[in-house]
Amino acid sequence: MFMEYDPALYSRILTGVTLAFHIIFATIGVGVPLMIAIAEWMGIRKKDPHYQLLARRWARGFVVTVAVGVVTGTAIGLQLSLLWPNFMQVAGQTIALPLFMEVFAFFFEAIFLGIYLYTWDRFKKPMRHFLLIIPVVIGASLSAFFITTVNSFMNAPHGFQIIHGVLTDVNPLAAMFNPATPTKTAHVLATSYLTSAFILGMIAAVKLLKGDRHVYHKKALRMTMMSAFVFSIATVLIGDFSGKYLAEYQPEKLAAAEWHFETETEAPLVFGGVLTEENEIKYAIEIPYALSILAHGTPDAEVVGLEEFPKEDTAPPYVHYFFDGMVAIGMYLAFISFLYLLISWLKKDWLHTKFLLWGVAIGGPLSLLATEFGWFFTEIGRQPWILYGIMRTPDGATTSLHVDLMLYLFIALYIILGITCAIVLRKMFRSNPAAHELEQRGFETGGDR
Amino acid sequence: MSYEVLGITVLWFFLYGYLIVASIDFGAGFFHFYNKAFHRNYQVNRLIQRYLSPVWEVTNVFLVFFFVGIIGFFPDTAYYFGTALLVPGSISIVLIAIRGSYYAFNTYGSSDNLIYSFLYGMSGLLIPASFTIVLTISEGGYLDIQDGNVTLLLGELFTSAYSWSVVILAIVSVLFISASFLTYYAYKAGDTESYHLFRRYTLGWSLPTILASIFIFFAISQHNPDHFTEMLHISWMFFLSLLFFLVSVYLIYKKRRHGLAFVLVMLQFFSAWFGYGASHLPYLLYPYLTIYDGFVNETMAFALILAFLAGLLLLLPSLYFLMRLFLFDADYVKGKR
Ligand code: HDD
Ligand code: HEM
Ligand code: HEM
Repeated sequence: MFMEYDPALYSRILTGVTLAFHIIFATIGVGVPLMIAIAEWMGIRKKDPHYQLLARRWARGFVVTVAVGVVTGTAIGLQLSLLWPNFMQVAGQTIALPLFMEVFAFFFEAIFLGIYLYTWDRFKKPMRHFLLIIPVVIGASLSAFFITTVNSFMNAPHGFQIIHGVLTDVNPLAAMFNPATPTKTAHVLATSYLTSAFILGMIAAVKLLKGDRHVYHKKALRMTMMSAFVFSIATVLIGDFSGKYLAEYQPEKLAAAEWHFETETEAPLVFGGVLTEENEIKYAIEIPYALSILAHGTPDAEVVGLEEFPKEDTAPPYVHYFFDGMVAIGMYLAFISFLYLLISWLKKDWLHTKFLLWGVAIGGPLSLLATEFGWFFTEIGRQPWILYGIMRTPDGATTSLHVDLMLYLFIALYIILGITCAIVLRKMFRSNPAAHELEQRGFETGGDR
Repeated sequence: MSYEVLGITVLWFFLYGYLIVASIDFGAGFFHFYNKAFHRNYQVNRLIQRYLSPVWEVTNVFLVFFFVGIIGFFPDTAYYFGTALLVPGSISIVLIAIRGSYYAFNTYGSSDNLIYSFLYGMSGLLIPASFTIVLTISEGGYLDIQDGNVTLLLGELFTSAYSWSVVILAIVSVLFISASFLTYYAYKAGDTESYHLFRRYTLGWSLPTILASIFIFFAISQHNPDHFTEMLHISWMFFLSLLFFLVSVYLIYKKRRHGLAFVLVMLQFFSAWFGYGASHLPYLLYPYLTIYDGFVNETMAFALILAFLAGLLLLLPSLYFLMRLFLFDADYVKGKR
């Protein structure tokens, strides 16, 4: 190969690849059960077969994505021990509790998902069946919560002490509820819901764009966009809190994200741009005071700059683009869902115009992209630490000789899985369009509105 | 009971759970493919699908539980096994990934597909074989540990009679356990044709199972005499296992008490599994790592055990609910729901 073999480097790439693939399915896995629950609930309350069918069809697609989520999640779980044995040795002593509880949450979710999927017509009261999705929603969100506390711990290790190289005074609850936990878990949950709402909204929008004007899709669009609006506001608010968390506990990460070199008050927010060799920022948009507001909530607050940290302790400057990408997409998602709601109040005739539908449709892939950007930003932004301030990334890595081979093996695996998954999902809904299924179940065919 | 023994017992229980449910699952996947490819019997496949569909994800969690738990209770295992197992572990992951996802693609997708069925049927059979490498390594003699570096001696592993005997036992037990469960399930479903087929499979795989088990004793006595001596101290557990085996095969042969026969198969593996595990203690990895020097700090151990008990309170009723709906519900089993 063109670079010298370094197991730590390959371990990082392999972990990154696996997580980047897993997170697509994980995000859907956390958010979609909630959307299914909302749809089934509305269907029961309004006695509307369209919503019932939405829940059914979403659930059917959902099983396929869950399967990929489960197997890639299993891969990460094992890979963490295989690639980061030294890190896991420390993690086992300190943060094993939420990792362990996460499995219970999965277990709970898996059991009820199995029941939910196979009992659609088994209960006389539809409410009974609805109740079965509740444990799935709770299990999925709890497992996201638990696993994110582990990631929070990596950013803000708490709940133990190292005295002369010996680990003592372990407090599992303090480790779990570390300073990064509130903002991180809340942001991850909100963005999972947001992303799922947009992906389902995208499906409806694409159907409408393709000329299938069935009211079923219109209801789907309306429901997903209303939810998406709520979640996008939550996302932006909690994102703002996440910035304040960083300013307090990991100031160099925020500074790297913002190319903020000198400590100063009334700091501007730098958007986009390029960085020259001499650390000069060119072609960027500067929003005055915005960084001070993001970091501390007031325009005149002082924001710590990169100059105060040794260079080997800070993240690479390209994390700036990940951060900007995420924030820009966040703003866009809030804007487009708001626009949909606005139009639905003021000018109903414009509701299913091409422009708006396209706007919603691209929100689907964009929201996934924002999730990826967000994770790449936190993970790479934490570098050079695997445990912030305690263990450097290469010290946590395996020394095995074959990580490069394994990297290629897994890349091939994910490509194959990704492609088959896409084919299966397409086929599933192509061969059985919603209008057809409504007819089959004996409901009206329904034209415009 | 000390925390250490309690911890390893809990984990061993989960691995036993995985052994049973995964064997049923993997074997069923293999039979499903076999019947489809050779146009044997479509009814059998419908029966298999009806059992598998609601439970496959639950199976996987048993496994995840084990490897998350072992890092929690015995963090040092991450260091020893983690480094050594990169390649075999990764191969297992790939097999699990193929098995789980292609199962879902085939079952929930719009049409049945022979290639998908092949992929999950075959990968399922290889997974137990690839996992047993962990057990094999734990017997010692396959790792080279020098100034902080752990390497797996692949040559030793591939040429050792012991490691192959474990692989063979893993594969035949999967087929045996699975066939004996499906015999019972088909009987309950009143599906005579499938019942006869699985009964034949069960009887057919019973002899290889017991031969492979006996071969293991021989191989272990050669490879790790210390462990073998320990096994002799509790030889009653293995004789008990043999007894369970004989009675269950007898019942199936006589076409009597199918539920009991499957419970006996479970007990057969239970006593052998715990006999093996108990005689392996205190070592996690001969001769480097015991449960006492690799154990997590007390606070975490206590927290994990509490979490475990709380989790059980939540899970046992849910599992019972699942089984009542799909396993013990005659109408569902018969395909009327
Ligand atoms: C749909 C996805 C999405 C969207 C639209 C946003 N984010 Fe985000 N963000 C995430 C998805 C995400 C994430 C994937 O959930 C991250 C990665 C790791 C984490 O904890 O959450 C994240 C992390 C993350 C962090 C780092 C936290 C840390 O390192 O501890 C900050 C400061 C923000 N976000 C801030 C924002 C702001 C101000 C946004 C809005 C306008 C925003 N995010 C929109
Ligand atoms: C909650 C759980 C997570 C944990 C415990 C975790 C753990 C790790 C570890 C141990 C590494 C290697 C050390 C490093 O380079 O930072 C890593 C790297 C990485 N992770 Fe995370 N991670 C988590 C979430 C995610 C997610 C969901 C993504 C999704 C995209 C992600 C993206 C990455 C990337 C891209 C790298 C490589 C970083 C680099 O190139 O420097 N992480 N993560
Ligand atoms: C290092 C990080 C991670 C590890 C070790 C991990 C581990 C796992 C494991 C073991 C599974 C399979 C569970 C099963 O067998 O049912 C899984 C699936 C899943 N994970 Fe991850 N995960 C990580 C990151 C994340 C993140 C960051 C999220 C969410 C934000 C997440 C959410 C999920 C979801 C929703 C599933 C699908 C399983 C289901 O729906 O039952 N995971 N993960």
